[in-house]
Amino acid sequence: MKELALYILDLAENSIAAGAKNITIDVHVNSARDELFIRISDDGKGMDPDFVRSVTNPFVTTRTQRRLGLGLPLFQDLVRQCEGTLNIVSEKGKGTIIEAKMKRSSVDMVPIGDMGASIVSMIISNPALDIVYSFVLDDYSFVFDTKLIRETLKDVSITEPAVLSWIAGYVNEGTKEIIFDVTKNINKNRGGIQAL
Amino acid sequence: MRPVKTLEDLQKIREEASRKVNVRSDRTGIRITVGMATCGIAAGARPVMMAILDELEKRNVKGVTVVETGCIGLCKYEPIVEVYEPDQDKVTYIKMDPEKARQVVVEHVINGHPIKEWTLESADIQ
Repeated sequence: MKELALYILDLAENSIAAGAKNITIDVHVNSARDELFIRISDDGKGMDPDFVRSVTNPFVTTRTQRRLGLGLPLFQDLVRQCEGTLNIVSEKGKGTIIEAKMKRSSVDMVPIGDMGASIVSMIISNPALDIVYSFVLDDYSFVFDTKLIRETLKDVSITEPAVLSWIAGYVNEGTKEIIFDVTKNINKNRGGIQAL
Repeated sequence: MRPVKTLEDLQKIREEASRKVNVRSDRTGIRITVGMATCGIAAGARPVMMAILDELEKRNVKGVTVVETGCIGLCKYEPIVEVYEPDQDKVTYIKMDPEKARQVVVEHVINGHPIKEWTLESADIQ
């Protein structure tokens, strides 16, 4: 998939299918350490230890139509390509945490993409779901919390199209590109060469 | 530059929406589902859904619900959009893109004329 936001949506859809009422999504970038950290945690029904061990195997799924699930394996692939580590912690009845740490400047890193549309998509999947999304890039930070939105909306539904379109725009304005800006360094180097 | 979205804007949307609650609509009860499993997402279901929402908002259509569904086992036909009208057979649109989805909203959801050539049924005949 071409956007980090699509992977995040896919994993969040797993959380929703697991009956989660709350999902917390963290996307944190640390430039000094060249690190991208992603965490998706939910209070869904969780997985037992055997299932956690096998969950990145594409032939393991809770689906009943066909015995193939590609959500986590696809994400694991991205994490591997980006020289990262993937950690899955889950407890039956409590919830699941999926954490990934990746090399931000990896050539296989994908852009953050349309995070606003992904959040809107999660809301449509389950309008009662509460989502906290936090984006941190060094000293910049942004938090989106559906609980605050609901407080503002009072009797108006969060699925009202005008509200969803505002949410998409708001989230996208708060989110910054995570891809390491190569052009900055190229220009710096060019400057250096010219000075010589 | 797009205008900055603020919580005050949301407040305005809220006020406008609560005023509109009682607007009558003759297309009430229609449900649109978009497949949003891994197969749907990878095939481009998310922009299709955003296009549907945008078109409904632009044309101020009320009483239509947009929901998501999981994988229905027709991955090669994704993105799939289904339109459920009260007392009518479900219409399954396959291989949608944002532009087609907008037309489905206008022709089918608003005007009541399904676009037959994009349905699963017509793909089966071919």
